[in-house]
Amino acid sequence: MDDLQLMVGGLANGCVYGLIALGFVLIYKATEQVNFAQGDMMMLGAFVAIGLGNESHAGLPFWLACIGAVTIMAGFGMAVERTLLRPLFGQSQIAVVILTIAFGFVLRFVAGAIWGHDPLVMDNPVAGTHVTFGQVVLGADEIAVIVVTLLLTGLLFLFFARTKLGIAMQAASQNQLAAYYMGIPVKRIHGLTWMLAGATAAAAGILFAAKGSVDPSAGLLGIKAFAAAVIGGFGSLPGALLGGLIIGLVEPFAARYIAAGYAQIAPYSVLILVLIFRPHGLFAQVRGKKL
Amino acid sequence: MRVPFKTSYLHDIRLFADGYRAAQYAVLVALAVLLPFVLDDFLIGEVTGVLIWAIAGMGLMLLTGHAGQVSIGHAAFLAVGCYANVILMDRFGLPFVTSFLLAGIVTGIAGVLIAIPVFRLHGIYLAIATLALSMLVEDIIVLAEPWTGGVVGLTAPSVTIAGMDMDRFSAPNRFYWLCLAIALLVTLGYRNILRAPLGRALLAIRDSEVSAQAMGVQLARTKAAAFGLSCLVTGWAGALLGHFFYTFNHEVFTVVVSIQLLLMIVIGGIGSIHGAFYGAIVVGIIPQAINIGRDWVTDILGTGGVAIPGLETGIFGLILVLFILFEPLGVHGRLTKWKIYFELFPFYRRDLFRRQRSYLKTERLR
Repeated sequence: MDDLQLMVGGLANGCVYGLIALGFVLIYKATEQVNFAQGDMMMLGAFVAIGLGNESHAGLPFWLACIGAVTIMAGFGMAVERTLLRPLFGQSQIAVVILTIAFGFVLRFVAGAIWGHDPLVMDNPVAGTHVTFGQVVLGADEIAVIVVTLLLTGLLFLFFARTKLGIAMQAASQNQLAAYYMGIPVKRIHGLTWMLAGATAAAAGILFAAKGSVDPSAGLLGIKAFAAAVIGGFGSLPGALLGGLIIGLVEPFAARYIAAGYAQIAPYSVLILVLIFRPHGLFAQVRGKKL
Repeated sequence: MRVPFKTSYLHDIRLFADGYRAAQYAVLVALAVLLPFVLDDFLIGEVTGVLIWAIAGMGLMLLTGHAGQVSIGHAAFLAVGCYANVILMDRFGLPFVTSFLLAGIVTGIAGVLIAIPVFRLHGIYLAIATLALSMLVEDIIVLAEPWTGGVVGLTAPSVTIAGMDMDRFSAPNRFYWLCLAIALLVTLGYRNILRAPLGRALLAIRDSEVSAQAMGVQLARTKAAAFGLSCLVTGWAGALLGHFFYTFNHEVFTVVVSIQLLLMIVIGGIGSIHGAFYGAIVVGIIPQAINIGRDWVTDILGTGGVAIPGLETGIFGLILVLFILFEPLGVHGRLTKWKIYFELFPFYRRDLFRRQRSYLKTERLR
C-alpha cells in the first residue's frame, strides 16, 4: 500500500513537471525555439496568482485570481516574444537558448525583489481536504493537479491535430519560408504560441503553488521538466506528459529504495540513459536530416 | 588602412597578420608580465582569477565557438580537473607540474569518453545531455567522499615548481605569472589548432555538418577531438582554480557556473579567442562594479548597506539579454566594428556586418 501511496504522490508531482514540459514542447513544436525560461515563467505565474489571490496580497477570490494570472501570463508571453524573440527571428537557435537562460536569471531576480525569497503557498479552496480510496489517501489538490494536467494535454493535443491554427503552427515550424508562401503569418503565429506557453506556465504555476510552496528559485524545477520533455521526445505533447510522469515516479521510489545521495541523481541518470539508447526520446520525432 | 595582399597559402595561415599586429601582442604581453610591479596583492589576485576564467573560457570556446557544439555542463570538467589535480598531488605525491599536466589529460580523456555516447546528439539534445551531466557530477562529488572529501571538500596543497614557492597567498605575483604563462601557452596552442587542418574541420562542422561530411571531414573523430581538447583546457583551468580558491567543495562547480561560463563567452564574442578574454574581464568586473555601485547608492541615501540577494545574477542576465539583442557578436564584435569604422573612414556602412537571415526548417519530419 505504501508503494501505491508513493505512486500517487509521484504522479501528482510528475504532472507538474509534465505541465512545465508542455510549455517547452509547445514552443518547440510551433516555433522550433527552445525556451529555457519556461520554468521561471511558471514561477512568475505562481507569484502573480499568489499576488492576486492571497489574503496577504490583493485578496481576490480564488477563481478570479486564477483567471487573472492566466491572462496576465498570456500577455506576458506575448510581450516577451514581441520584445525579445522577434529581433532574433531568423538567427540561430542557440542565440535563443542563451537569451532565454539569461532572461530566466532576470525573472528570478525580479520575482525575488517583488515577492521576497521566502516560500509562499497559494490559498486555495481545496487545501487540506482529503479523499480516501481504501488505504490510499489522496489530497484534493493532487487530484486537481492530475485532472487539470490530463485535460490540458488532451486539449493541446487536439488543438495541434485538429484546428486550423494548430496546423498552421506546425507548418510554421516545419518550414518557415514555405509556410510564409502559403499565407501563414509566421511571426504572428510565434506570438500566439508564446501567449499559449505563458498561459500554460501560469496554469502549472497555480497548481504548483497550491500543492506545495513557491519561491524564486522554483524556476530551477524547469531543468527537471526539461529532462521530462527530452525523455518523452522533444516535440511530442503526450511524450512530455509521459516524461514528466516518469521523472515524477522515479524520484519518490528512488528516494525510498536507493541509498540517500544516490536517489537525487536518479532522474538525470534516466535522462542520460534515454539519450544514449534513444537519442531523440521515447516518442522520437526525428528521422535523419534531409537536405 | 592596411590592405592584406595574400600571395600564398602559407601567407594566409601566418600566426600574425603582419608585423604591426605581432608588435601589438608583444606590447600586450610585456604589459601583462610587468603588471605585478604596479598593482597590489589584492588586485593581482583578481587579475589572476580573470586569467583562469579566460583559460576555462578558451576551453569552452573551442567546443562551442569553433566546433559549434553547445555545452551547458563545462563546470563538470572544471571539477574533474580540479579534483584530479589535488588528488594526484595529495594521494600520489606528484609534483605540481606533473599532476597539473595529468589533470588536464584525465579531464580530456573523460571528455572523449563522454563524447562517444553523445555523438549522435546535436544542437539542443547535446546541450541537455551536458546539463544533466553537470547536475550528476555535482552529486557524484558528494558521493565519492573518500576521494573528494564530500561536502567538506578538499584543500589544495601549495604549489612549488623547482623548489620555488608559487603559492597563491604567500607568493601571489609568482602564481600570477604561472597563470599568465599557462594562459599564453594555451592561447598559442589554440591559435595553432585553428591554423591546422583540425581547426578548419571544426569550423566546417560548425557551419554545416552535412557539407563538412561531404568534404571528407570525419564527424565522429573530429567532434571527439574537439570535446577532448576542450576538456583538456577546461581541466587545466579547473586545476588552477583549485589552487586559486585554496579550499573547495562541490558547491564551487554548480550548474550555475556552467551557465555562467557559456554566458561569458557569448558576452566576450563567440567564435574568437579574444572573446574568451573579454568575457572573463567583463565577468570579473561585474561583481566589483556592483559593489562600488552599492556603496555609492548607500552613500547618497545615507542608509545602512543594502544587500539584495540575486542582484549579481540578475544584472548579469540583463547585460547578456542586451548583448544578444543589440550586439550578438559580443565585446569582440563591437570592438572590431569600431576598428573597421576608423580604418575605412568614411566608407563604413551600417550593413557591413548584417547577418544573413536563414529560414528555419525543422529537423523533425513528423
